[in-house]
Amino acid sequence: MEVILFAVFASIAVVSSVLVVTRRNPVIAALCLILNFGSLAGMYLLLSAQFIAVVQIIVYAGAIMVLFLFVLMLLRPDMERSFFRHDPLFKWAAIIVSVFTFLLLVYAIILTTFNAPILANHAKTIEIGTVEAIGKELFSNFLLPFEAIGFVLLSATVGAMLLSKKKLD
Amino acid sequence: MEMKDLFYAMPLLIVGGGILLILLIDMFFKGGKKIIPALTFFILLGTAYYSLFTINQLPIGLMPVSEFGLFYGMLSFGGKAHLFYFLFNFGSAIAVLIANDYLKKIETEYSEYYILLLSSVLGMMLIAGSRNLVMIFIGLEQMSISFYALAGYRRKNILSNEAALKYFLLGSFATGFLIYGMAFIFGTAQSMMLIDIFSQTSVLVKNPLFMIGILLFLIGFTFKIAAVPFHMWAPDVYEGSPTSVTALMATVGKAAAFSAILLIFVSVAKMGPNSVFSSMFSVVAVLSMLYGSIAAIAQKDIKRMLAYSSIAHAGYMTIGLAAVNPSGIAGIIFYLVAYTFMNLGAFGIIALLESKEGKFLSIEDYKGLGTRQPFLAASLAIIMFALSGIPPFAGFFGKYYIFLAAIQSGDTWLALVGVLSSVISVYFYLRVVVYMYFSKSDDESAILEISQTGLLAVIASLVLVIAFGLAPGSLIRLISGLI
Repeated sequence: MEVILFAVFASIAVVSSVLVVTRRNPVIAALCLILNFGSLAGMYLLLSAQFIAVVQIIVYAGAIMVLFLFVLMLLRPDMERSFFRHDPLFKWAAIIVSVFTFLLLVYAIILTTFNAPILANHAKTIEIGTVEAIGKELFSNFLLPFEAIGFVLLSATVGAMLLSKKKLD
Repeated sequence: MEMKDLFYAMPLLIVGGGILLILLIDMFFKGGKKIIPALTFFILLGTAYYSLFTINQLPIGLMPVSEFGLFYGMLSFGGKAHLFYFLFNFGSAIAVLIANDYLKKIETEYSEYYILLLSSVLGMMLIAGSRNLVMIFIGLEQMSISFYALAGYRRKNILSNEAALKYFLLGSFATGFLIYGMAFIFGTAQSMMLIDIFSQTSVLVKNPLFMIGILLFLIGFTFKIAAVPFHMWAPDVYEGSPTSVTALMATVGKAAAFSAILLIFVSVAKMGPNSVFSSMFSVVAVLSMLYGSIAAIAQKDIKRMLAYSSIAHAGYMTIGLAAVNPSGIAGIIFYLVAYTFMNLGAFGIIALLESKEGKFLSIEDYKGLGTRQPFLAASLAIIMFALSGIPPFAGFFGKYYIFLAAIQSGDTWLALVGVLSSVISVYFYLRVVVYMYFSKSDDESAILEISQTGLLAVIASLVLVIAFGLAPGSLIRLISGLI
């Protein structure tokens, strides 16, 4: 079961990341990136890192992608495209960076010993990332910050309303 | 965590509950809008009274908790924290009085103003009472976000928009420094709790990453107190924001940033008086004092002039940090109290005189005010004397205690630079007084009616400025007892 799920998530991740690079339309590329983030979150879940999986969805697929799309909207993607096509320097810089990153990853994979013995505190490490452990921390040690964040969000909402609402009464 | 912990956190609960209450009134009772300013005022005044009342004595039947702190050690109770609670709440209550009629005058009266004002006070209280780096950060964000929105409160005014955007961009950048520093501190000390960090300081000092962390933390807050070289935002933001908002963030906002520096200061103090941070504070102090005083001379706008003067005042208070001794800290807190009420008075008078079109913002407009508005002119003159540090007003004793602390720790040269800069600053403060009494106004007409609540705010700050000037002993004894 685990192997099947891994294969599904991994293939989605690989295909979507290839699509991110090859799509001409930046909005479609950004949407493919969301797919990539989602499949990564699935892989984290397979590794029983629940918290990281949730954060991956909320922060990357949620907040950061909205920011990406917002910037794309402001930057007018059609102009961006012609800009990249006319400047070969960018192409070469991109190729150099990606080749370097690829070699770095290959190096890291070769170095890793895949039959490493399971660490003594492996179970403990997993426990930290579970929803249960995070929830317990959130409602005991970090109760006050948790409540205070609510007020921060409230004042940000009120402030955004004040500055941007068309008609205030 | 027990139920009784909630009683200790009463000041936070009152203000937090007040925010929600006003939000509900604003939503559901269309006729309830008129009571919102009064409600805000009494919430703040009540919290101020409660905090002052519980500085030394605990509510009946409750055990002292100063040893372990509240909410799993996140929040401290009593002592210095409550003194700051009092300052924030009382100062903001005066700012509400200033705002009440000022907002009517500029014809933008939304109840969001009071919600954001209370939120900013809640943030300040979270900073001053925190015992954990996370709480400092959350409190700072709460305060700053409210201030960003308040700075842009006059939505149709281009200067106000500029102030909000500038403050937001530069403020976020400073927060980046701060959070980066906190990450370094957490990485080296393995804990967010201030108490754990302090107990390890003597070991951690040898770790350069910890020192970088403290440095970045202090840079973040040096921005918030508007000291040179992180002062660039202050003149534009103070000028562009509505005067009642400037009154709030120039006074209690700065006090909140100082309270955060004083929280982490225990770590710096353990490094001794000759540490790198002591020298850093000396440089910041000298630059701020001289730059603020000299640049203020060239200003034509009175709010801009007060912004530069507040940079200079941040410099004076930084001397107390450079001195690294308990009397320096006591001096800073005394100075903060004095500074808060002096500037509230000054901005209160500007808000009273200012018209919707921006009359009485230029210093030239104050010509001949002595005959047209004798009481306001006399009040402004007293506050200008106090700001320049002339006895017997509160400003003098603020400077006195700070310079005394510097001399005690052997930094006599810092005190001398401070005196020099005070002498320079007398020029631009007294220029306003000279304009008011020894120049004739071009137009004798056009003084609008003076609002009652605004006048009350001016009188309250004036009384406190004079009282702390005539009897500084009781306040400084109270502060020294808490450190």
